[in-house]
Amino acid sequence: MNRLPRWLAHHVAALRVVVVLTLALGLLYPLAMTGIAQAVFGRGADGSLVEKDGKVAGSELVGQSFTGTDGEPIKRYFQSRPSAAGDGYDPGATGAGNQGSESVVDVLPDPADPESGKLSLLTQVCARSKAVGELEQVSGARPYCTSDGVGAVLGVFREQGLSGRTTRVVSLNQACPATPFLAAYEGVAVECAKPGDDYSKALVVPVRGDAPAHPVVPADAVTASGSGLDPHISPAYADLQAPRVARERGLSLDRVEDVIKQNTTGRALGFLGEPGVNVLTLNLALDRES
Amino acid sequence: MYGWLQALFVLTLLVVLHVPVGDYMARTLDGGRHLAIERRLYRICGIDPDREQDWRHYLLALMAFSVLGIAALFALLTLQGSLPWSLGHPGMSWELALHTAVSFTTNTSWQNYAGEATTGHLAVMAGLGVQGFASAAVGMCVGLALIRGLIRRGGTEIGNFWVDLVRSVFRVLLPLAVLFGIVLICMGVQQNLDGAQAVNTVAGGTQTLIGGPVGSWEPVKLMTGDGGGFFNASSAHPFENPSSLSDSLEILIMLIVPTAFIRTFGRMAGNLRLGWTMLTVVGILFGLLLIAGNLAQAAHTGTVAQAVGAQTEGTETRFGIPASTLFGVSATASADGALNASYDSFSSLGGGVLLAAMMLGEIAPGGTGSGLYGLIMVVLVAIFLGGLMVGRTPEFLGKRIGFTEMRFVVLYSLVSPTLILAFTGLAVGLPAGVSSMGNVGAHGLTEVLYAYTSNVNSNGSAMAGLNGNTMFYNLTMTAAMFIGRYLPIAFVLALAGSLVRQQPQAVTAGTLRTQGVSFVALATGVALIVALLNFLPALSLGPLADGLLG
Repeated sequence: MNRLPRWLAHHVAALRVVVVLTLALGLLYPLAMTGIAQAVFGRGADGSLVEKDGKVAGSELVGQSFTGTDGEPIKRYFQSRPSAAGDGYDPGATGAGNQGSESVVDVLPDPADPESGKLSLLTQVCARSKAVGELEQVSGARPYCTSDGVGAVLGVFREQGLSGRTTRVVSLNQACPATPFLAAYEGVAVECAKPGDDYSKALVVPVRGDAPAHPVVPADAVTASGSGLDPHISPAYADLQAPRVARERGLSLDRVEDVIKQNTTGRALGFLGEPGVNVLTLNLALDRES
Repeated sequence: MYGWLQALFVLTLLVVLHVPVGDYMARTLDGGRHLAIERRLYRICGIDPDREQDWRHYLLALMAFSVLGIAALFALLTLQGSLPWSLGHPGMSWELALHTAVSFTTNTSWQNYAGEATTGHLAVMAGLGVQGFASAAVGMCVGLALIRGLIRRGGTEIGNFWVDLVRSVFRVLLPLAVLFGIVLICMGVQQNLDGAQAVNTVAGGTQTLIGGPVGSWEPVKLMTGDGGGFFNASSAHPFENPSSLSDSLEILIMLIVPTAFIRTFGRMAGNLRLGWTMLTVVGILFGLLLIAGNLAQAAHTGTVAQAVGAQTEGTETRFGIPASTLFGVSATASADGALNASYDSFSSLGGGVLLAAMMLGEIAPGGTGSGLYGLIMVVLVAIFLGGLMVGRTPEFLGKRIGFTEMRFVVLYSLVSPTLILAFTGLAVGLPAGVSSMGNVGAHGLTEVLYAYTSNVNSNGSAMAGLNGNTMFYNLTMTAAMFIGRYLPIAFVLALAGSLVRQQPQAVTAGTLRTQGVSFVALATGVALIVALLNFLPALSLGPLADGLLG
C-alpha cells in the first residue's frame, strides 16, 4: 500500500470501503432486522393482513375501494375517501393528486373524445360533494361550486385586459349546452364554455355563491389523501354514512354506530394526530353481523 | 390546539434527548481508541487510521469515496434487472440512474421515479440504503473537520476522513437505526422480503399489496437526512407511517442527529454555553417557520380550500393538518425531505413556508452534519458583521476571522442562491422546463423553484406535481445536486484548513461575545436577512403571487 502515491491510495481505500459498507449496511443490517422482525413482530412485520372467510382480504393499514365494477359505491358498505393512487387505492401507484389550491379551471373534454380534458381540483371537489350528497340524501352544496357539481368560475373579458368595462363573461367549467350558474355578471349575460376555445385572456373569477361555509358533506369526503391509500375516514364522514348503511343492511342505527366506535382510533396518547375510522375493518365487522 | 400540543411534545423530547446523544457523539467520534473490529476493518481497506490528513487530502479522500459511491450505485440501478430481488423491475434508464445515484450519494434523495414501480429490494437495501448511511456520514465528517479547525491549536491536520466515516456509520448511525427501526416495526411498519401479493378485496375487486424491508429503510430515510420514500408516497404511506404515534417518532428521528450535533460541537469546543446559544438560534428559526406554516395552513385562503372548508387535500386522516405541517416544516428545515402529505396541495403560503425553510440554507437544524457546518457559516457571518458594527476583532473560539476565512464563508454562501436562481431561470426559459409543470402560472413556477432549491440544498423534498423524469430535469438536477453538495464542502474544508493553522488568541475585552440575547438576535437576523436578500424576488413571483392574487 505504501508504495502507491497517496492520491491513488485514497481511491483504493474508497473502493474497499464501499464494498465493506455495502455488505454491512446493505445486506447484513436489513436482513438481520428482517430476522428480528419476523421472529418477534410477525403480524405487523408481514403488513398487518386481515382475512375474510379464511382468505387474505387486504391489510388493515391500507385502504380499499368499496365500489362495484361500474365504479358506483356499493351501498351496504361505508365508502373510503377519494384516492389519487392509480384507479383508486392502488398500492402500485401511491401518491396524491398534487394540484394546488388555485387549480380551478378545467380543460374541457373534446366532445368527440369524452376521455380527453383535465378536471381542476375545484371541479373534482364539487363533483364529489354533489355525488356524496345524493348518495346520503343530504345537501352536497359547497362554496365555489355550481349546483351541477363543477367549479363556479367565470372568465371575465375586460376592455383593457385586466381593467375597464366588462365585454364578455364565460362560465369556464360549464361546457355548452349547459345553463350557466349565473345569468348575468356586471350586466353582461354569462355564456357557457365551448370546448377548445381559448379563454386564456380572460380574468379568472371564482364565485363563492351562497352555500354555507361548513358544508354538510365533510372535508375528507371530497379530498384525496397524500398516499391514496388512507385507511381512515373522519368520524363525521362515518356518521354521515351510518343511516344509509343501517338501512341497506337492516341493522339499527345504534348498532351501526357501536361498530363505528369499535373501529375508531382516537388520538394517540390522547393528543397526537386526529381520530379516524378504519373503513376496511369497519366493513369487515359489519359483514360478520349481517 | 392539539397540533401545538403535539409540536410541543415532540420538540421537548428532542431537546431532552439531544443532550445525551450529542455528548455520546462527542465522546465517541473524536479521539479515543480504535475498537479491535475497526482495526481489522482499516487493515482490510488498507487504511492507516492514525495518520491524519490536511484539508486537501481530506477532501480528496471524501471525493474519491463519493464518486466511487455514485459509480457503484449507478451500476446497481442500471443492472437491477439481472440481479436477484429485483421484483421483476428492469434496470433504470441511464439518465434516471445517474440522477438517482447522485441524488442518494449527495444526501438529497430527490426521486424522479415511484419506488413501488421502479426499485426492487436489492436496489433499496444494498444501493440506496448504503448511500443513505454513507452520505449522512460524509456530512458528519465535514462537520467534525470544521470543528477541529476551530478548536485545534496549530498544525495542518483536520482529522482522518476514513476514521470519521467509519465511526459516524458504525458508532452513531447504525446503532440508532437498529433502535429506531425496531421501535417502528413494533408500531406496525412492515419488514419482510415479500414481493407483490394480489388479494381479493372485501368489495370483490383486487388489490396488490407490496411487501418489503420498510422497517429497516425508515430510520435510514429519516435519520440520515435522506428522505427518499420506499414507496412513492413516502411517510404518507401507511406501511411507512402507520399511526400518529409513529408519525411523531418519525419527526423526532428526522431532527435528532442534526440537533444533537450542535451539542457535540459545544462539547468538543469545551463551551456548552455556545451549544445552547446556537440551539436557541435554531429553535427561533424553526419556531418562526412552524408558526408561519400553521397559520398559513389554518387560514386556508385558497379557492379550493375554501370550497372544501379545510386544507385536507393531500393529507392523511390519521395525522390531520397540523401534524402534516409539523412534519413538512421538520422535513424541509432538517434537509430530510420526507413527506407525510402532498406539499403541492398545501396552501400557497404554506408551501412557501416549506420553500423558505430550505432557502434558509438548511441550518434549522439542517442535514446530518451539513446542518452544523451551515450553521457555523451563518455564525461566522454574524460575528464578522457584529465585529464591523462595534469595531471589535472578529474572532470565534479564539480564531481570527480574517480576509482568507471570510472569502471561503462568502463563497460558501453564494453557491446555493446562484445555482438555484440560475437553474430555475433556465428551466422556466426553456420549453423542456415548462412542459413538466403540474400546475400553471405562479404555482407552476413555485414547483420549479422548489425543485431546484431542494436539489441544490441536498434536501430532496418535492412538490410532486412537477414531472422530473425527463432528460432536461434529470441532467440539470444532477448537476445542481452535485455542485450544490460538493462545492460548499470544498469551501468548508478549505476554511477548516485555514483555521486549524492559527494559534488561538486570548479572549479580551475587545472580543465579541458569542452568547447572550444580542448575539442570538444578531445570528438569527443574519440568517433571515441573507435568505431574504437572495430569494425574496423569486418568492414574490411564486408562492406569494399564488397566495395573494389567487
